[in-house]
Amino acid sequence: MQSNAALEYDYSVAKLFTYTAILFGFVGMLIGTLIAAQLAFPELNYLLGEYGTFSRLRPLHTNVVIYGFTLSGVWATFYYSAQRVLKVSMAESKFIMFLGKFHFGLYLVAAVAMVLTLLMGITTSKEYAQMEWPLDIIIVVIWVTWGLAMFALIGIRREKALYISMWYFIACFLGVAMLYLFNNMEVPTYFASGGVGSMMHSVSMYAGTNDALVQWWWGHNAVAFVFTVPIVAMIYYFLPKESGQAVYSYKLSLLSFWGLMFVYLWAGSHHLLWSTVPDWMQTMGSIFSVVLILPSWGSAINMLLTMKGEWNQLTENPLIKFMVLASTFYMLSTLEGPIQAIKSVNAIAHFTDWIPGHVHDGVLGWVAFMIMAALFHMAPRMFKREIYSKKLIEAQFWLQTTAVVLYFTSMWIAGITQGMMWRAVDEYGNLMYSFIDTVTVLHPYYAIRALSGVLFLTGFLMFAYNMVKTMTSSRKLEEEPQFSSPMA
Amino acid sequence: MFHWLEKNPFFFSVGVFLVIAFAGLIEILPNFAEASRPVVGLKPYSVLELAGKNIYMKDQCIACHSQLIRPFKAETDRYGQYSLSGEYAYDRPFLWGSKRTGPDLHRVGNYRTTDWHENHMWEPTSVVPGSIMPAYKHMFTNVADIATAYAEAVTVKNIFKTPYGDEIQPGVEAFEAHKPAILAEAQKIAAGMKNQDVKDAVKAGNVPEIVALIAYLNRLK
Repeated sequence: MQSNAALEYDYSVAKLFTYTAILFGFVGMLIGTLIAAQLAFPELNYLLGEYGTFSRLRPLHTNVVIYGFTLSGVWATFYYSAQRVLKVSMAESKFIMFLGKFHFGLYLVAAVAMVLTLLMGITTSKEYAQMEWPLDIIIVVIWVTWGLAMFALIGIRREKALYISMWYFIACFLGVAMLYLFNNMEVPTYFASGGVGSMMHSVSMYAGTNDALVQWWWGHNAVAFVFTVPIVAMIYYFLPKESGQAVYSYKLSLLSFWGLMFVYLWAGSHHLLWSTVPDWMQTMGSIFSVVLILPSWGSAINMLLTMKGEWNQLTENPLIKFMVLASTFYMLSTLEGPIQAIKSVNAIAHFTDWIPGHVHDGVLGWVAFMIMAALFHMAPRMFKREIYSKKLIEAQFWLQTTAVVLYFTSMWIAGITQGMMWRAVDEYGNLMYSFIDTVTVLHPYYAIRALSGVLFLTGFLMFAYNMVKTMTSSRKLEEEPQFSSPMA
Repeated sequence: MFHWLEKNPFFFSVGVFLVIAFAGLIEILPNFAEASRPVVGLKPYSVLELAGKNIYMKDQCIACHSQLIRPFKAETDRYGQYSLSGEYAYDRPFLWGSKRTGPDLHRVGNYRTTDWHENHMWEPTSVVPGSIMPAYKHMFTNVADIATAYAEAVTVKNIFKTPYGDEIQPGVEAFEAHKPAILAEAQKIAAGMKNQDVKDAVKAGNVPEIVALIAYLNRLK
């Protein structure tokens, strides 16, 4: 058995991704809050001329929080935890260090290019795959670089058996690679037309219903392999580390991992219920979405039971609070999703605000909570200083929890109201409401959602401030903390 | 077996990949064999309409508007006949959208006019009191990228066999030769509009974005 003390882990790449997670988190949530407010107060559409409308900013919000904030968080935690579970330091190989830094550098270039092109309206219009073909190529290079770094680290590992977190990171790498390549098959028009028009434009390889199917095969599984799989990797590493408890059940983690891998991909077509894709695919999507509850809850329950007998930590350690609430929101979200995937429920829910409501109890309550908790856990170990303020974390926790609850409750009501009003008929069978009636009625809920955005964003600023203070001026630590992260 | 896999990352990865890819193999690939066939009488988009579609994408109308009428009475009453797969045969990408903050647009050409769109895009509340849609005044001055739309027509004709006529040929000269036809189509739209600047721009050979967008919206039927 290799002793920990002999290894000096190198966190330079993890630190870089930590900085961008904070930066893109702030930017993405700021835009999110703005566009939420625009739906309640449309005059806010005119702050930036043609670049400031809801429609131009909405893809910017989704892409910055997914590919900016979340991926930065994923890679920060990967470059931190992979070294530790594999018992090998990045510094042992110049090649791996180079890959890590190249990975970050190219990622930063792509992220900035993404923001600029989307603002300019250069887009393929496929949700969560909006980036045009030159960026797609850069992304493939980034992804391959990450894969090389990961498998190079695995290649020189001292701990022979891969820890659960590594399973999920590998799955994230493979799943996204396959789906991204398929969904972004496109032909640049400039080269196919003998040099006419813009270099940046392309057309999809698939048309109509086929395109829809490939898109949602990807779209749903971007949720799977960016918002779920690597976040599960995080909680399997950070919750046991922070609490000092061993993972409750190895068998349960096996079942939920392989179950999740097998089931998730089928569920993509639940985004296309009642559309023109073949009926059997819709039914498969619906059924497998319900089956998906099992592996999702398997992981979440495994995490909650890891805290068995140690629930007192929930009152003492705010990071445990974040992680336990994250897995609880994961359970809520993975129950809500399958409910929406039932065809009769979907008939009401689809196209309404219940869908963004569902997305946000997952991404705010699960993804963002888990990433912030992980970065808090890493900070004292990476920067050798204690966390700047426990009180601030406590305040942030309650502020953001309130925000998430306001978000999804208001959007539940908004979505169901809208879905019911669209189909309401009077005693003669005529439609009862014109479309605009179903818009104006949502004003209060949109206002509540905007408020929840302000609260969550404020919480995120508290997180950012706490992190920056931790990096720069907090009390220095003599030695690395064992479990619970020290905080002032 | 699982213990062994966890010690052999290569086979572990292969295993994970197979398990992930399985669903796609069963669910996605069969659909490729059977490409969406166009409904009878479906015409490819004109170059002006394609330019309009690209503005629809540029300004992300899709963020709030769907183009998919589901087979429910409430939807067919509101929007018209439910959507058929073959109607989308020339849609690259598909623009079904996933959210209806505003109404569906798949058949908007049946019940809205050039004049209505002109007023609506300039100031939505002037025709729909209470609307939360932003005004898109910049579309009245920005010039649409007709060349790129033409390049798109050439691309889908040559690569995906979309049935365009002989007038769609690769190269800048072919585009210049086809341009008068595009402008003539734009003139027809502009004739139905009030905005003098838009009319003047079309006369001078520049197509404002709003003209192309309206051509596209009128086409959605």
